[in-house]
Amino acid sequence: MRVRLLILFSIAATLPAQVSFDRLLHPEKEPQNWLSYSGGFQSQRHTALKEITPANVKNLELQWVFQQRSLEKFEATPLVVDGIMYTTQAPSDVVALDAATGRVFWTFSANVAAGSRTCCGRVNRGVAILGNTLFVGTIDGRLIALDAVTGKPIWKVEVAKPEAGYSLMHAPLVIKDKVIMGTAGGEFGIRGFIAAFDANTGKELWRFYTIPAPDEKNGGTWAGDSWKHGGAPVWVTGSYDPDLNLTYWGIGNPGPDWNGDKRAGDNLYSDSVVALNPDTGELKWHYQFTPHDDFDFDAVQVPVLADIDWQGQRRKVMLWGNRNGFFYVLDRTSGQYLLGKPFAKVTWTAGLDDSGRPVRQANMEPTAEGTRIYPGNLGATNWYSPSFSPETGLFYLSVWDNYSSVYGKSEGEYVEGRLYMGGAPRNVVPILMQPAPTLTRREDEGYGALRAIDPKTGQRKWEFKMVDVTDAGILSTASGLVFSGGRDGNFYALDAKSGALLWKTQLGGPIAAGPMSYAINGRQYVTVNAGTSMFVFAVKQ
Amino acid sequence: MLSIKFCLPFAVVGTMFAQHGYTPSDVENGGRLYRSNCSSCHGPNGDLQPGVDLGHGKFRRATADEEVAAIITKGIPGTGMPPANFTEGQALTIVAYLRSMAATSNVAVTAGDPARGKEIFEGKGRCVNCHRVRTLGSRVGPDLTDIGMLRRTAELQTSLLDPDAEVLAPNRYYRVVTKDGQTVTGRLLNEDTFSVQLLDTSEKLRSFKIADLREHSFFLKSPMPSYKDKLTPEELADVIGYLTSLKGL
Repeated sequence: MRVRLLILFSIAATLPAQVSFDRLLHPEKEPQNWLSYSGGFQSQRHTALKEITPANVKNLELQWVFQQRSLEKFEATPLVVDGIMYTTQAPSDVVALDAATGRVFWTFSANVAAGSRTCCGRVNRGVAILGNTLFVGTIDGRLIALDAVTGKPIWKVEVAKPEAGYSLMHAPLVIKDKVIMGTAGGEFGIRGFIAAFDANTGKELWRFYTIPAPDEKNGGTWAGDSWKHGGAPVWVTGSYDPDLNLTYWGIGNPGPDWNGDKRAGDNLYSDSVVALNPDTGELKWHYQFTPHDDFDFDAVQVPVLADIDWQGQRRKVMLWGNRNGFFYVLDRTSGQYLLGKPFAKVTWTAGLDDSGRPVRQANMEPTAEGTRIYPGNLGATNWYSPSFSPETGLFYLSVWDNYSSVYGKSEGEYVEGRLYMGGAPRNVVPILMQPAPTLTRREDEGYGALRAIDPKTGQRKWEFKMVDVTDAGILSTASGLVFSGGRDGNFYALDAKSGALLWKTQLGGPIAAGPMSYAINGRQYVTVNAGTSMFVFAVKQ
Repeated sequence: MLSIKFCLPFAVVGTMFAQHGYTPSDVENGGRLYRSNCSSCHGPNGDLQPGVDLGHGKFRRATADEEVAAIITKGIPGTGMPPANFTEGQALTIVAYLRSMAATSNVAVTAGDPARGKEIFEGKGRCVNCHRVRTLGSRVGPDLTDIGMLRRTAELQTSLLDPDAEVLAPNRYYRVVTKDGQTVTGRLLNEDTFSVQLLDTSEKLRSFKIADLREHSFFLKSPMPSYKDKLTPEELADVIGYLTSLKGL
């Protein structure tokens, strides 16, 4: 009875720490935590933690491993909140772990519908948190709120129809009291959208269609009825500037991917970045990287926000390494194009004009017999999180170079729930679409690199070349390190200023996620997923 | 070696067939499979489908346990009963669970008025001091948001009157005393040779290394008090009525 009384009385004790929106706004005050997908609203994937340094990084040792209960790619970036780690395991489950030991507190299984459809893997990239509530999207089109302590669902809403090819994959973004989520499905003829949901109830508050209807602004950029099934999906988390009150999202490819004949026009807002008012969903500005794309050059990259000296004045910019092979600097207040330079071999365009619009080349488009074009279908980069270090002022980007595809075009009609792609790219070189257990490729057939780019000039400062290509994101640290990896399973640390290799380990499976860092009781950890597992490192004690 | 591998599964299944003497583990495993695969159609009491009652040990199309197991795995063509991807051994554990339902279904239980039960649950009964339904109540005890889909009426009554009679493994309480003298109690979420993970009584997720502990042990009894003398039979029935109405989101 004494025990029973004790438990009842202790209930009035402290409740778990709440992750207020103010905490989300100021991640710099608590670098021991990682509170959102990219580590902060600026999405720099940069940690202020300095315990792991260029001098001691050679002493990193494995602390623990979490094996995902799935054979799918493990693309999630975990959150860490006051010693508790939250990650997702494919297809759409959520797991709470002790971040010091990797021991599991609970697992929430989303039990996704058998009818869900994805083009390229039944994956999930992470959760968002507000208060004591986690938010996760599912590949069968649901957004679910979970109690962060117990893992029990609080609300579930059907965001979009999985039978029609809609799926939710990216980590949601919480802004104020809203949860912002976009829909994947660009290969199924969806009409993409970004929507905001009340964090307390799940009620949808606004919806921004990434393809405007014909009677809306820019609706005339799609011929005929092509806007109804034009794709323009969203599958990587956006960013937020609280001073401008704008949220930025990268929008994916128009569909059908490789046959643009029926969708004459620029096909806005496919392959664009859009700046939205998070309170209303109203579009403030947009910039389209690849008008009328027929290569599948999604602009589904993380918008990296930085304040830099630009031609003599401090400027709020957005840094963007695009799948189409160009590095861009945009003014994020207005969307003004400031700079665009190729960072890999590009033949689909002759270059960008003064407004940043690409000048298309004659005969550089998909054809029935196929046309060889650089970069290949998976892009000169892709969704892999880049990083910006305020200390070095450099932008770090995962790159595929010397990479081409033979782009084939075919006819095809839209049928709900079926792939709607209008052709298929073929690889000139085998084993480029998927990681392979062995590799025998020459450098002129395609290779990977981590490149450090000076945003002020677009010039490459250094590169770390890899024989295989890379699907890895990048983490930079205030102590002067850059962490990344590749399909070959190597995970490594470089000197952020020079690119010199300082440490490496082989994790035995392709890295298809971004590293992140956190600390518990003053001890810094670095984590990355490889294969189907998550690996956590710290300096040997 | 090959013969041993073949021999073992047959031996296990054979034992089940021969004796129908299921272990508590069989019943528990079968209950888990039933709750996650069957109760969404058949309900926790096995009586949600019109004209079908799984909870009383008699089946229209089967008598022997292996016949019931065959229906579970193969389904019934032409009806809403689909085939299921269970091994024969798994199907037999579900039969074990159904048999256990029948053995305990003679407890007289009346489910009362859910609305009145909700008032008692949130008021006089102080149930929310430990339990949570959706976003109301404490996380210290088991979350009851979908308890009506998981537990039978008779089981809910037993839990209210005699909480020590059955404490499911995920609801076990644990106590640790750290080497610096701090005592922490909570629901045990996970354990291994070197650590334990709790949801403690201040609703925090906690992880302790065994090496840092002076003492650590299970509670032998449920921390929940009996409501036998705290609520009238009518009030108890109303609370049960409320709990059975909780079907999750």
